[in-house]
Amino acid sequence: MALSPWLFLLPGILFFAVYVIAPIFQSIWISFYEWDGLGEKYWIGLDNYRELLDDDRFYTSLKNNVIWLILYMLAVPLGLAIALFLNQTVTGIRLYKSLFFFPFVISQVVVGLIFTWFYNPSFGIVGKLWTFFGATPPAILADETLVTYGIIAAGLWPQIAYCMILYLTGLNNVSPDQIEAGRLDNARGWKMLWYIIIPQLKPATFIAIVVTVIGALRSFDLIAIMTQGGPYGSSNVLAYYMYETALSEYGYRMGYGSAIATVLFLIMVVYISYFLWRMYQDEKS
Amino acid sequence: MFTPTRRVLAALVASAALTAPAFAADLVINFDDLNPGPKKGFDDAVAAFQAANPDMEIEVNNTDREAHKTAIRNFLTADAPDITSWYPGNRMAPFVNAGLFEDISDLWESEGLNESFASIKPTMTIDGKQWGVPYTYYQWGIYYRADIMEELGLSVPETWDDLLAACGAIDDAGKDCFTIGTKYLWTAAGVFDYLNLRTNGYDFHNSLTAGEVPYTDERVVQVFENWKQLVEPGHFIENHATMSWQDALAPFVSGDAVMYVMGNFAVDGMKEAGLTEDQIGYVPFPTINPDVERAEDAPADAFFIPSNAQNKENARKFLAFIAQPDIQTEWNKTIGQLPPNANAEVGESKFLQQGFETVSTAAGLAQFYDRDAPAAMAKAGMEGFQEFMLNPGRLDAILERLDKVQARVNRQINR
Repeated sequence: MALSPWLFLLPGILFFAVYVIAPIFQSIWISFYEWDGLGEKYWIGLDNYRELLDDDRFYTSLKNNVIWLILYMLAVPLGLAIALFLNQTVTGIRLYKSLFFFPFVISQVVVGLIFTWFYNPSFGIVGKLWTFFGATPPAILADETLVTYGIIAAGLWPQIAYCMILYLTGLNNVSPDQIEAGRLDNARGWKMLWYIIIPQLKPATFIAIVVTVIGALRSFDLIAIMTQGGPYGSSNVLAYYMYETALSEYGYRMGYGSAIATVLFLIMVVYISYFLWRMYQDEKS
Repeated sequence: MFTPTRRVLAALVASAALTAPAFAADLVINFDDLNPGPKKGFDDAVAAFQAANPDMEIEVNNTDREAHKTAIRNFLTADAPDITSWYPGNRMAPFVNAGLFEDISDLWESEGLNESFASIKPTMTIDGKQWGVPYTYYQWGIYYRADIMEELGLSVPETWDDLLAACGAIDDAGKDCFTIGTKYLWTAAGVFDYLNLRTNGYDFHNSLTAGEVPYTDERVVQVFENWKQLVEPGHFIENHATMSWQDALAPFVSGDAVMYVMGNFAVDGMKEAGLTEDQIGYVPFPTINPDVERAEDAPADAFFIPSNAQNKENARKFLAFIAQPDIQTEWNKTIGQLPPNANAEVGESKFLQQGFETVSTAAGLAQFYDRDAPAAMAKAGMEGFQEFMLNPGRLDAILERLDKVQARVNRQINR
């Protein structure tokens, strides 16, 4: 066996092991302890996990994670729709394209802030709009039933732009011959899209779904900026709940935070294994 | 084979050792307030200390309050300053218990702080030892729009019935009685503290925050029943869960809301927003149960010496210096708060005078819910208060959840 590939890989493997692999086991290990990050650690076995099963906040977070995963998927078809719309030759189309891409360039923190103002019932655009039609504006970010949807809507804005750009590059690679051939066989409209275009966009779709799932699972910054998990924890997701219990001002329950992290990790492992398996299957065929 | 590496290592260690002293000051102070007033108060005190100790090399690191809260855990263990600001009560407990703060009972003894800081000594004490020196504290209470109250012909409420009647009248006038912003939760804890202190008294409040009484206790339920009398008729502004305490100043300033349960620091914001001193009034929270002695929330800020500090002698000198009455007088005049040293002078503003009157005649001083209760309990409690204010019907479920958290926190503390 040749030595040189391993030598080249060595620095990468080393860093990956120290900064990714080891911390995974470390936090699983910590999840069996009770520890405030400063004092002594106490071994409590599975108590943290038992507490999780009895924790309303945990279930709220888990449920919100599922809502995030499902609704965030809207970014894929919407991104495709906008990409198809923008994929034409009109004067100044480059400008329109870049305008549509704009939200993805803005930092998530700024997106969160802007939407917080949008949603403000007294001076935000939502409030103004509702008052204009004579209705009482909802306090979206203070309403436990609306808050998660409000934050997801804010997150979709840049995510759609991201999917759009993936599809726009994908559309450049759609072979004109096949479209031509389709035309000759009388395919147009939906049929053309469904049987000719979308199959050719498969790589783009794959990447779009992957980044959207990842985006939904790490939906941390928007929540931190817009609600900090509030009102009373009803917009929490696992990632933010973990941060809150382990590292925030009133937290420092490292063991419990690690237990939440472990659960989140397991969810991701399921998804990533499926993803790897798909990739493997594709490469085989 | 080993010699070269060892030589390199030795050289590295030597160079590290050489560079370290070049940066070391005689006194390193970490402070946590960049707001203009508090920064000036602190800088002036440091300048005075420098003048008294001209040979001392003083290094100051002033950071934002929230950043300080996250950083302190790291710098106390890794790279400790000689002095750091922090909060008394249960907020200092994790560091005291982990042995990261220095016991300074000897300083309290030698500087006579046991006498001059007698009223605040209990909150600086854990295990019978003192751990820090407070430099400021402030009163809480009801701040109200004096001009609007007068316009509506209302007198300042002294009892609970007065307050409910006043709120009714304010409501009839098309205004909200109380403004509050509960987005960051702690403001609701101020209301809870006062309702509990007035309904059940100081000792009960302490037992509750110390985890000795469950939240489903009927006396706690009574507190929430009283609170309900304000929540259900809509005496708090709507949408308070979307607002910070600064946002909640807007309806107060515009006159849409008339009262605000707050700490004295809010007066600055009110004045900056255009209210004159005559338009603002201060009154202690009204009596609910006449058999209960009046106690107040009066949170203090303090300085501590980390156990890993390099220059503990100089640090002690600094703490002794800022404990002096004249320094405390000047400092608190600048920041518009109360000096904890009993021999210091209170500023002339009417809020400080009234506040000092309120605090110095109180039967007991609570720190604040999130300093009196352990952190994990405080978080759950304050979320519960916010949920109650939005959904008073869920009271039973909320209290049961708080009991569950309390039981867990107690188990952890007693370990």
